[in-house]
Amino acid sequence: MSPTKTEAEIVLRLDQITKRFGKLVANDAISLTLHRGEVLALLGENGAGKTTLMNILFGHYLADAGSVTAFGQPLPAGQPKAALAAGIGMVHQHFTLADQLTVLENITLGTESLWSFGRGRATALAKVQALSRDFGLAVDPHARIADLSVGERQRVEILKALYREARILILDEPTAVLTPQEAEALFQTLRLATARGLSVIFISHKLHEVMGHSDTCVVLRHGCVVGQVATRDTDRHALAAMMVGAEMAEATVAPGVPGPVRLSLRNVRAGPLREVTLDLRGGTITGLAGVSGNGQAALADLIGGGLLPEAGVMLVDGTALPKWSPRAAIAAGVGRIPEDRHKTGTVADFTLAENAVLETYATRFARAGFVDWAAVRRHTETLIAGYDVRCPGPEARIRLLSGGNMQKLILGRVMEEAPGILIANQPVRGLDVGAIAYVHGRLVAARDAGAAVLLISEDLDEVMGLSDVIHVISEGRLSPAFARGALTQGELGLWMAGHGFGQGLTDAA
Amino acid sequence: MIEILISASFWAAVLRIASPLIFATMGELICERAGVLNLGIEGIMVIGAFAGWMAVYLGLPLWGGVAVAFCAGALFGLLHGVLVVPFGLSQHVVGLGVTMLATATAYFAYRLALPQVTTPPKIVPFQSWEVPVLSDIPLLGPALFAQTPLTYAAFACAGLVAFVLYRTPLGLAVRAAGENPAALEAQGVSVTGVRVGAVMVGSGLMAVGGSFLTLSAFSSFFFEMVNGRGWICIALVVFGAWRPGKAVLGALLFAGFDALQIRLQQTPIGAVVPYQLFLMLPYVLSILALVAMSRRAQVPAALMVPYAKGER
Repeated sequence: MSPTKTEAEIVLRLDQITKRFGKLVANDAISLTLHRGEVLALLGENGAGKTTLMNILFGHYLADAGSVTAFGQPLPAGQPKAALAAGIGMVHQHFTLADQLTVLENITLGTESLWSFGRGRATALAKVQALSRDFGLAVDPHARIADLSVGERQRVEILKALYREARILILDEPTAVLTPQEAEALFQTLRLATARGLSVIFISHKLHEVMGHSDTCVVLRHGCVVGQVATRDTDRHALAAMMVGAEMAEATVAPGVPGPVRLSLRNVRAGPLREVTLDLRGGTITGLAGVSGNGQAALADLIGGGLLPEAGVMLVDGTALPKWSPRAAIAAGVGRIPEDRHKTGTVADFTLAENAVLETYATRFARAGFVDWAAVRRHTETLIAGYDVRCPGPEARIRLLSGGNMQKLILGRVMEEAPGILIANQPVRGLDVGAIAYVHGRLVAARDAGAAVLLISEDLDEVMGLSDVIHVISEGRLSPAFARGALTQGELGLWMAGHGFGQGLTDAA
Repeated sequence: MIEILISASFWAAVLRIASPLIFATMGELICERAGVLNLGIEGIMVIGAFAGWMAVYLGLPLWGGVAVAFCAGALFGLLHGVLVVPFGLSQHVVGLGVTMLATATAYFAYRLALPQVTTPPKIVPFQSWEVPVLSDIPLLGPALFAQTPLTYAAFACAGLVAFVLYRTPLGLAVRAAGENPAALEAQGVSVTGVRVGAVMVGSGLMAVGGSFLTLSAFSSFFFEMVNGRGWICIALVVFGAWRPGKAVLGALLFAGFDALQIRLQQTPIGAVVPYQLFLMLPYVLSILALVAMSRRAQVPAALMVPYAKGER
């Protein structure tokens, strides 16, 4: 973070990169430069075009226009191999590691000619050990990937890039899956790397990381660069304003009108959940903030009927239900927008119509034990029209749809049943800006219609923007309820990191 | 029983019966480690048995016959590989199809080449070769070191497969193709190339296993002579938990039961107990061993998962 960095040699230059997906312009004439030893944060909302840009740089996508220059040499477009050879290493959000192979094997994979005899393991091992010592990336080279934690796997990915002599490291949302401690270790590693003359680009939408660990911020919105500033010359508010833009900032959600408690949990233990106490009120969006993997999935499962409480009381509309199951949950008016729309939200090879009635085929659309396909078809057409699902028709297989359109169908499927309780688990993950606004609008509409909405998200901005009441989840513990605006982002961040839970439990009870 | 177990001829028979199984098991193991189930194994062994034998009958030297068998197997492997890797078709269906096609091709070619004969002509097969010095060791010598060259080759082949899989970049690439092909592709190696190559080499080894039957164990080609050995090898790969060393042990175990049941039939018990029960013995014991051994086996994660570039 020395002032001389901007005068250092330029290692990477993106010039007027443009990429369109159909009508959507993901990247619109983006230019940026990276200097030697610099940490550049690429900041923007989901769908702002950050990942697209990095995929173009790494050769996974072909840009429609523009050029990339690395270390003074133009980089051929669309070739990951060329990017690797030019010294660009990328750590993807989804790791590309083989679980049953060892760390060392994953690192050396593809670095030697397939036809060479023997693997030169001793040399490779020495190099990996030297790298992990120099960069503070502690990991056992002989461990199998399957036995490693997520943080350790990320270290292996970084080692992979360093092993290939990468001079530029690109990390796509590196902290999304890390605990705060692991994230701190990661940034320590990045400091060691820049001290050795490497340059780093990291993609993030977490402002505190960007402020704490970058030299330069480039902010993207709707595929355009809306600002490039030195981190020390800016602050969080300025960045946030750039990120969301004026027109988004105005579109704040009016508070809801709280109704009766629809679902309440009292000291419930289930799976990783520890003594969870929670009230979901009608006409309220309850936001659940937290780093992923802290029990959100279990809580969503519990309310959705997939998980049974081991201890504690669970009341739906004030009564304890004798048998809790997904079927009972649906019957009790629980609507579910699952976290993984591909795995649990839809059946990929079923048609839209079949997917639209997955929860209701045996009740609403059954006639004397047979499925009333004509009614299903009419219903699906209503959903397609009402929820703006862009698709070839009700008979198309749902795997052909984009994530956004798939999500709209799921949304329609849930909303049409007018759920009293709605669990939206990561409802906008991976969606583009337009679809995000649409889904958010629908959630607010459901709330205004009297539903109790539980919004689970890793994106603090999303939670803070939509929720009337916010809880934070950390290691299976739930914080007390905070009214909208009661806590700042920083204070919520502390709760997410696990601070404050000692006294929090008594407060909530 | 004890008498049988301490006779050199019993152990010699175990190694002999195990040899074709080892070749074919190694072949299947290579395919599966690369992520491709090859149910063509049974038919590929038939084609190997036929092609090797026919080549020698037409005048090639014995090792030439083995080479011809390997190439014939690799050819059917190429067919299987192209259909299931780049085209991503069902590995079960294609594999069974390859088995039927290869078997029928062998029988058809046999009839074309020898339309008139009722008893198949004989060739001069591999003769046993006694390893100097070692074969003089009492009991152990005649049991282990007086085999045909192809038997020694089978064990050498297993060692080679283990070495390549665990000690060379090529083997690493093969294993990665079966574990997480995306990881391999991200490092700039072609998954399609590695998988198809592995299936071809593996199929070649299966065919060599088949050719052992005509070039070493017997001296001519019969219909039905492979007799389900291919299916046994698929079970042996599972039994061996996809590891070459354990798979060889499995092959020896199966061969041991097989050699034992033949000998048990000639004992006084054999006069009372129906012989079919003895024939069942190796299979029953194999199933039991499989149940006991394969519970904790690490299946290659991407086995039977077609890989399409750019898909998540």
